[in-house]
Amino acid sequence: MSPAPASSFAPPKPTPVWLGWLTFAFFIFTQIYAVVTSPADAMMGHLQKMMYVHVPAAWVTFAAFGVVLVASLFFLWKDDERADLLAASAAEVGSMFCGLTLVLGMLWGRPTWGVWWSWDARLTSTLVLFLIFVGYLALRSFVEDPHRRGQWSAAVGILGAINVPIVWMSVKWWRTLHQIQSNPRGLSPEYLRGLLLNVAAFTLLTVWFIWKRYEAARLERAAEHASQAAALGGYNG
Amino acid sequence: MNLQVRAGEMVGLLGHNGCGKSTFMRIVATLLKASAGDCFVYGSNVKTEGDAVRHHVGFFSHVPGLYDDLSARENLAFAATMLGFPEADIDAALERVGLTHVTNERVRGFSAGMQRRLSLARLILQRPRLLLLDEPYNNLDVAGIALMNGFIRELNAAGGAAVVVLHDLVPAQGVIDRTVTIKEGRVVVPTADDLRHDGASPQAITLPAGAAGIS
Amino acid sequence: MAFRDDVRRIRAIVWKDLTTERRSKAGFNSVASLGVTILVLFGFALGPDAQALRDAAAGALWLAVLFAGVLAFNRSYQVELDGGALEALLLYPGARWAIFAGKLIANLIFVTAMLVIVVAVGIVLFQVRVPEQWPTLLGIMMLGVVGIVALGTFYAAMSSRSRAREVLLPLLLYPMLIPVLLASMEATKAFLNGDLLNASGAWVQMLSLFDVIFLVATFLAFEYVIEV
Repeated sequence: MSPAPASSFAPPKPTPVWLGWLTFAFFIFTQIYAVVTSPADAMMGHLQKMMYVHVPAAWVTFAAFGVVLVASLFFLWKDDERADLLAASAAEVGSMFCGLTLVLGMLWGRPTWGVWWSWDARLTSTLVLFLIFVGYLALRSFVEDPHRRGQWSAAVGILGAINVPIVWMSVKWWRTLHQIQSNPRGLSPEYLRGLLLNVAAFTLLTVWFIWKRYEAARLERAAEHASQAAALGGYNG
Repeated sequence: MNLQVRAGEMVGLLGHNGCGKSTFMRIVATLLKASAGDCFVYGSNVKTEGDAVRHHVGFFSHVPGLYDDLSARENLAFAATMLGFPEADIDAALERVGLTHVTNERVRGFSAGMQRRLSLARLILQRPRLLLLDEPYNNLDVAGIALMNGFIRELNAAGGAAVVVLHDLVPAQGVIDRTVTIKEGRVVVPTADDLRHDGASPQAITLPAGAAGIS
Repeated sequence: MAFRDDVRRIRAIVWKDLTTERRSKAGFNSVASLGVTILVLFGFALGPDAQALRDAAAGALWLAVLFAGVLAFNRSYQVELDGGALEALLLYPGARWAIFAGKLIANLIFVTAMLVIVVAVGIVLFQVRVPEQWPTLLGIMMLGVVGIVALGTFYAAMSSRSRAREVLLPLLLYPMLIPVLLASMEATKAFLNGDLLNASGAWVQMLSLFDVIFLVATFLAFEYVIEV
């Protein structure tokens, strides 16, 4: 009847740390590679190098929230607590990268457009995404019962994920009615290789972060279960 | 934990505070979900066929579950519609629990005992096939206890079953058929969290079904 | 048969919510007064230049409705939490979505009544020229209210039963409402500017689409939210 609950609460075996170091080393390599190989941009100069963090960070942000969406749907479908913990881990990591994307976008926008912020569709929907997942994480911290927390945050995560493209669409509409929109130019190949490598490195790094966070979350839950069992006077099945 | 309740039977649940009696009742009433073990009410699975179970179950819990700003009559009329019996005889139910003199008064002014009686009137409208009572005698005076027992006996006679959580056997004397003691360690009704998460000991809880039960 | 029962249940919940709301008059009166007060505050922030006020009227009206409406959503579950009525509500047979539908309709009526007051006061305070097709304007505003109330009723089902509900509801709700609010404000603004159904028509279409999406999503998700 229930999906193997016993195994899901045994503390998971930790993934070896050297995998993390390897991922991190790859990330350092791709950063250096991209910075060294790319020539100064005609218009932006070396400011362009921010792209090697900004674009991959934006990509992994949306990928992480894709994980939240899928894991939340799976949790509501199968009622497997592991999916809830995975969604929570992805949301935490995703919000971090989302914040990074926003800050870098502003740092880049200031010298490029002359303003810290522009209300364009991408920027605005990224900000809204950030706000939605701040709410998601706040909700998690305000609800104690694990089951309730799981169901509620899954609902919030799914609706939030539905909302992001809708925000994007409506802001785009709003902007086209109010004019002005600067379009990014096509990317020449000497930048592209560095960018793609960094996208790969960021993806690996994100997977590593989410996975470690997920392992920690499972350990926390296992500890909670153990203390509950102890509180029940040694009752353990 | 393995508990079978037959039709026409009233089973008392005894045990220490916090041993999980109320949690057990809430699971059977579909208010909580257990992820280990199965529980059937008249053949319907509590976890997956909640709506079917709710058609059979009447739950008398610690809280009155009434609306303070509605009158006694309005509360019952609302309950009757929600239960799917919009044409139920509300006045008869009110008369039976002795609340005719406050029919049109708001529940806000009711004493705890009167609120319990009004909750009982709601059960009378419903006439559930499985009655779950969580310390039903709290706040009831002698006449109220007699009312409650009379109602339980009537349901039992009609083939309905009842499970009642008790901390005192005295008021239930004469209506209770047998008792089950829930104790830490042994015949434990696990807490909500255990039922949800501890798959080591699958629990089977079957309420009226199969053998002597009605399906 | 079962569906007829559910329709009856919805009607009963609407009646129950509105009756309890009517009997504690303080609820509606204070929420509506708050809406008006917010409008006055916006007047100070944006005025006193008449043209500036007129330009900002649509935005101010919607924000006033939103800020006051948020209080109504938590209130609509408060009535269930006093005395454990929610438990009784969940024990009744029938579809869970009927509970949501009942609360949604009751909140719609509540917020619409408040909106009428806030808009009437806003038209005076912000020196808005009332367009001749004002029933159309009301229709547009109803579309906005549907979106706000659907999401508000949904998120309040969680926030009202959690710690820190005063802050949690706006925190969850406001970002979700951005598309609905944006479309409502723009449609209202275009309409008030005499643009009628040109720019405003596109926004109205978009708003209707958002309403449908969010109604479907909240109806589907409500069961998971209410039963734990």
